[in-house]
Amino acid sequence: MQKSPQLNSHGELQHLLTIEGLPREVLTRILDTAAPFSEVAEREVKKVPLLRGKSVFNLFFENSTRTRTTFEIAAKRLSADVINLNINTSSANKGETLLDTADNLAAMQADMFVVRHASSGAPFLLAQHMAATGRDHIHVVNAGDGRHAHPTQGLLDMYTIRHYKTDFTQLTIAIVGDVLHSRVARSQIHALTTLGVPEVRVIAPKTLLPTGIERLGVRVFHDMREGLRGVDVVMMLRLQNERMQGALLPSTQEYFKSYGLTPEKLALAKPDAIVMHPGPMNRGVEIDSAVADGSQAVILPQVTFGIAVRMAVMAMLAGN
Amino acid sequence: MKIHIKNGRLIDPASKTDKALDLFIAAGRIVGVGGTAPTGFEANSVLDATGCIVCPGLVDLAARLREPGFEYRATLESEMAAAAAGGVTRLACPPDTDPVLDEPGLVEMLTHRARLPEFAHVHPVGALTLQLEGKALTEMAELAEAGCVAFGQANRAIVDTQVLLRAMMYAATFDFPVWLQAQDPFLARKGVAHDGEVAARLGLAGIPVAAETIALATILHLARETGARVHVTRISSAAGIDMIVAARAAGIAVTCDVAIHHLHLCEMDIGFFDTQARLDPPLRSRSDRDALRAGLASGAINALCSDHTPVDDDGKQMPFEEAEVGATGLELLLPLTLKWAQEMKLPLAMALARVTSDPAQILGVKAGSLGLGAAADICVFDPAAGFRVTRENLRSQGKNTPFLGRELPGRVRYTLIDGHLAFDGTLG
Repeated sequence: MQKSPQLNSHGELQHLLTIEGLPREVLTRILDTAAPFSEVAEREVKKVPLLRGKSVFNLFFENSTRTRTTFEIAAKRLSADVINLNINTSSANKGETLLDTADNLAAMQADMFVVRHASSGAPFLLAQHMAATGRDHIHVVNAGDGRHAHPTQGLLDMYTIRHYKTDFTQLTIAIVGDVLHSRVARSQIHALTTLGVPEVRVIAPKTLLPTGIERLGVRVFHDMREGLRGVDVVMMLRLQNERMQGALLPSTQEYFKSYGLTPEKLALAKPDAIVMHPGPMNRGVEIDSAVADGSQAVILPQVTFGIAVRMAVMAMLAGN
Repeated sequence: MKIHIKNGRLIDPASKTDKALDLFIAAGRIVGVGGTAPTGFEANSVLDATGCIVCPGLVDLAARLREPGFEYRATLESEMAAAAAGGVTRLACPPDTDPVLDEPGLVEMLTHRARLPEFAHVHPVGALTLQLEGKALTEMAELAEAGCVAFGQANRAIVDTQVLLRAMMYAATFDFPVWLQAQDPFLARKGVAHDGEVAARLGLAGIPVAAETIALATILHLARETGARVHVTRISSAAGIDMIVAARAAGIAVTCDVAIHHLHLCEMDIGFFDTQARLDPPLRSRSDRDALRAGLASGAINALCSDHTPVDDDGKQMPFEEAEVGATGLELLLPLTLKWAQEMKLPLAMALARVTSDPAQILGVKAGSLGLGAAADICVFDPAAGFRVTRENLRSQGKNTPFLGRELPGRVRYTLIDGHLAFDGTLG
C-alpha cells in the first residue's frame, strides 16, 4: 500500500488531492483560515501579498469556467502570477502526456499546479511524479479529477454549511442526484463524515449510486420524499445530459419528477433548511427555478465563499 | 553433457516423491534417480543442491513474450532470461501479439526464434478467431500443425455467441482445447477495477463479478453443447469457482487457472491509484481472493500462472484508467507459489504440482515430472533464501509489478532445460 502523498513528513498539507483521510483539525484549520479571506473581498483593495512572486499554473485538461475562474481570482488576490492553460485544446491532442506537460511547466519555475483532469487519480500521479523527481516544493491542488474528488468544492460546501448552521454534529444532510459520476459528492461525503455530521444521506436511483457507497458512512434512500424528511441541508448534484444515453435514466422529465427539487419536496425538510448546488445548474432537471431562486438557496454565496476557501488552501500550501 | 545434481531434496509431484535423492542427467534426459549413479555414468558437471529443493521446471500457462509486435516492451531474449531465472522451463504464450497469432507462418516464426537451448519451451496458443475479432475462424488445424497447443482469445471476448458456439464446435471436431477468459464485454465496458468499495471510493468505473459469472455461464453451456475441452483462464471470483465446480460435477470437461496476482492481492492493493495493480481481470474483494487461495489448494482451480505481461514505464505512468493493464510475473511465479504454500500451510509437493505437473496436463504435453527418461527440465531452488523484488533484480524488461519492494521467499539456484544449464544463480 502506498503512503498518502498529500501530507509531508511533518503531517502538514503538501498537496490537496482529496479530503479522504485528512484529519478533522486540518479541515477545520482550512475553514478557519478562509474566514479572514472573506473579508479581503469586502475591501477596496482586494489583495494580500502572501503569494507574491509565486507562479500558479491552472492546468485544465477538462473544461470549466466557474472553478478555473474562482481559482484564478483566489490566486490573484493572493498576489500570485497566474497562468491559465486549457490543455484539451493544446498539447494533449499532440500526444504529449500529462507528466510531460507538467515537466515542461515545472521547468518554467512553477510553484503550484491547480489541476483538473477527466481521469480519476490524475493529480495523485502528478504529485507522486513531483516527489519522485525531487520537486517537492511544487504543490498540487486537485481542481476535480474524473469521478474521484473535488476537494476545494467539498471544503467550500463545508464553509457554507458552517456559515449557516454552525454545529456540524447536530445536522442531518442529504446529497441528491448522480452520486455515481460525482467527484463533488465523494468529497462532500468525506468532509461531512470527518467533521462529525451524524447522518449523511444520499438520495438517487440505483443506477446513479456506486456499489458499496454505504461503506463510506452514508444512508441510502431511493425515495426523495422519504430522504428529505427533517434534513437541515439539501446538497443537489448536477445531472449531465449524457446520462440519458447508456441506459442510466429514461428522460430528464422522469428524473425531475422523481429526483428534482421542487418547493413541495423541499417543504419536507426542516423549515430553515438550506439548499446548495455546486453549479452549473440544470433548471427543470435537478432543481426547480422556484427553489434555485428561492429564499432557502445559498448557491450564490457558495461561489463567493469558494474564493476565500481556495485562497486559504493555496496560502496554507505555500506556507508549508 | 552429463550432470549430477547432488544433495538436494527431490520433489516430484507427479510421482508423489518428496525425499533426499540425487539426479543423473545425460543427453538431456533423466537417466538416474537415487543415491548411486547408473553404471558407466561419469558426470561432466556436478551441481550442489545442498539445502535446496529439486523439482520439475515450472510450467507457466500464460506468459506474454511481446513478440512479435511489442519489442519495445520486451523481447524474446529478455523474457527468456526472466523465465530461466524464475525456474520456468515451459510456457504458453497468448495470441495477442501484433500481428496476432492467427497464421501458421507467424507461429512457426515464433517457435523457430524460441528454439535456443537456454530458452524455455514455448507453446503458442493460437487465435480462435482471425485478428481476435470474434468474427471468422482461424485455420486451427494448420495452426496446430505449426505448433499451437490450444486456441483462445487472450482477454478479448467473442461478443457474438453464435461465433463462439461455432468456434467451440470446430475446435471440438479436432479435440483442440479452447482457452477462454470469462468476462462479459458489456458489463466490463470502460471498467478498470472491481465494482466494489475501492472503486466507489476512488471514483473508478467498476467491473462487477457478474461480468465473470455471466460469461462463464455462456462458456459452460456451450462446452456442454459442443463437447469442447474448455480451459477457463484467469478466474477471479468466488462465484466463478463455484460455477466451475458445479459444471465439473455435472460432467462438463472444464479446467481453470488463476494468476499469481489474484492469489495474493485484492482491490485494496490499488491504494492511491497504483497503476501496478491495474490488471485484467481486476483484483477483486478480499473474500474473492480467499476463495481463490482455497480453490487452488482444493484443486477446484487446476493451475497457477504468472500472467506475465511486461509493460514499459510510459504505459504505467498514467492516470489509473488510462494505464496499460498487466504485470510482469515470470520471476515471481515460484516465490509467490511458495508464499501461498507457507501461508496456507500446504505440503510443498502439492503446491508445486499447481505450477508443474498440473499445468503440463492442461497443456497436454509430457512434462512437469522427474521420472526416469523424462526430459531434464529442472528447477533447483533454495526455499530458505528470500529476495526483495526491485527493478534491478528483475531480468524481465518489464519492471511493472505490484510486488515491487516486497520480500519474497525462494531463490532459484539452477534451471536446466533439456539438460542444458540455462540459469546458474551461483554466479553473482
